[in-house]
Amino acid sequence: MTAPDLRARRSWRSVQDRLVTGLMIAAVVAVFVPLVAVLVSLIARGGGIVLDSFPAFFTEEVPRFSRREGPGMGPAVIGTLLATAAATAMAVPLGVLGAIYLHEYGGRGRFARLVRFMATVMTGVPSIVMGLFIYILWTIRFGFSAFGGALALACLMLPVVIGASEQMLRLVPNHLREASYALGATRSRTILTVVLPAALPGIVSGCLLAVARAAGETAPLLFAVGAAKAFNWSVLDEANTALSMQIFSNAMDVPAAQDRAWGAALTLVLLTFLLTLTARLVTGRFALKR
Amino acid sequence: MEPAIAMPRPPRPQAGVLLPLERRSAPALEGEPVFDLEDVEVFYGSFRAVRGVSMKIQKNQITAFIGPSGCGKTTVLRAFNRMHDTTPGARVTGKLRYHGVDLYGPEVSATEVRRRIGMVFQKPNPFPKSIYDNIAFGPRINGVRDKQQLDEVVQRSLRAAALWDEVKDRLDKSALGLSGGQQQRLCIARTIAVEPDVVLMDEPCSALDPIATARIEELMRELKSRFTIVIVTHNMQQAARTSDRTAFFTAELDSKTDQRTGILVEYDATAKLFSNPRDERTENYITGRFG
Repeated sequence: MTAPDLRARRSWRSVQDRLVTGLMIAAVVAVFVPLVAVLVSLIARGGGIVLDSFPAFFTEEVPRFSRREGPGMGPAVIGTLLATAAATAMAVPLGVLGAIYLHEYGGRGRFARLVRFMATVMTGVPSIVMGLFIYILWTIRFGFSAFGGALALACLMLPVVIGASEQMLRLVPNHLREASYALGATRSRTILTVVLPAALPGIVSGCLLAVARAAGETAPLLFAVGAAKAFNWSVLDEANTALSMQIFSNAMDVPAAQDRAWGAALTLVLLTFLLTLTARLVTGRFALKR
Repeated sequence: MEPAIAMPRPPRPQAGVLLPLERRSAPALEGEPVFDLEDVEVFYGSFRAVRGVSMKIQKNQITAFIGPSGCGKTTVLRAFNRMHDTTPGARVTGKLRYHGVDLYGPEVSATEVRRRIGMVFQKPNPFPKSIYDNIAFGPRINGVRDKQQLDEVVQRSLRAAALWDEVKDRLDKSALGLSGGQQQRLCIARTIAVEPDVVLMDEPCSALDPIATARIEELMRELKSRFTIVIVTHNMQQAARTSDRTAFFTAELDSKTDQRTGILVEYDATAKLFSNPRDERTENYITGRFG
């Protein structure tokens, strides 16, 4: 018998294979271009003002007169942290509990379906509409404050948190619930000790996505937070500010202010990056080693 | 490669089914039964999955349910510890008595039932927790907080499930790192850690290789003195090797509704059922002439 010819044959299939591989590589490059471009220009234009006066950029107030050069975004960092933290404190517990109800108790009932539908609709509401809603409901009566912004942000976060958490609960295999029931555990016990721990890493990263998105939102804060230039440590009282608000107002101002806008933009990206990193580390601690 | 730890030798496979069976004495039938079923039927919505099951299950015996796929063996088994409660639309009718008490009575709590009647599932389903926490789960939900007491339960249960020597040095590691056979023995250990009265097993060996299967079977024979065991199996040799009594189920096509409903065909001492079945359908099935 002659030796079989095992060399690769030039066929339409191998051409297809190469073509598709090439297309995928091109797609990956295309995705990276804007990502890298944004990061590079942020660092190039914002890095200077942040590093030159380190750490004054994070600790000093925004100059009263925008023509003055140099740092100060401290109040905006604090404002963003306050509003985002307050929004998270409202939206995450409510959203996770809501998702637990929807998936573990409500199931396919009429009420659960209605709530799920409303949450989906809420995801599609533009953020500026949410801001307007809070303006009418809260700001007109109680004035500017970080809390007003937090309310608007919480409204934006809530459907995202519900959706992501329910998705994660759905991924917990049913045989784990059955194992717990078979040992005589009640439903609430099963949810607390089996279902939630199994879904926790996913829920945390889902919530984080919502937090990171909320931290960068501008439109809902426009009507609710105000644009203070001095520090305001209070959540409930007086006008506050936020990084996104400062980027918005400074970017359309004189060159000295535009520099500060770039610095604020870089700060905002760093802040969300830090947030993501911390949460990843925290969830990593929950994971067991094999 | 054999692992370094000493493993008990699996029992030698038996050559034939009939010979050892005939040497067995018929299992006792007297005494109060653990389960007493009268005309039990299980519905999923309007679909009747099983009908007319009447049988008694005796204490400290291994009862095997055999039969083709879709004949309702698992459905009946899950009725024993009210697992159907967790399936929307599922319903059990007829009388199902456990030590004389109606399991589906109005004052009976499903969680209390399941604490006494444990279950081992087809696919090993350890929690994504450490080996220790898996075993301690049951005692903990029943209020045991004392660390020393928990340590004792964990060790005792793992020893009873013949797993202690293999895992004693890594109790704090994830249970998901164990092999399939080890995971299933862990699930058995987890079940017996709450000191149940009955252990239900739903095809516990179908995902395991023959060596792991042999070890589980050996374990069942050891546990028989402490627990009443009901096992669903697709493997007739397994039923013949391990059980005292065997129930043969099959599915019957209802020509009117075009649905297949499970029925109990024959229930007898294992030796009798395998060597001298009364029903032709049983004989066809155990001799392999079933479709």
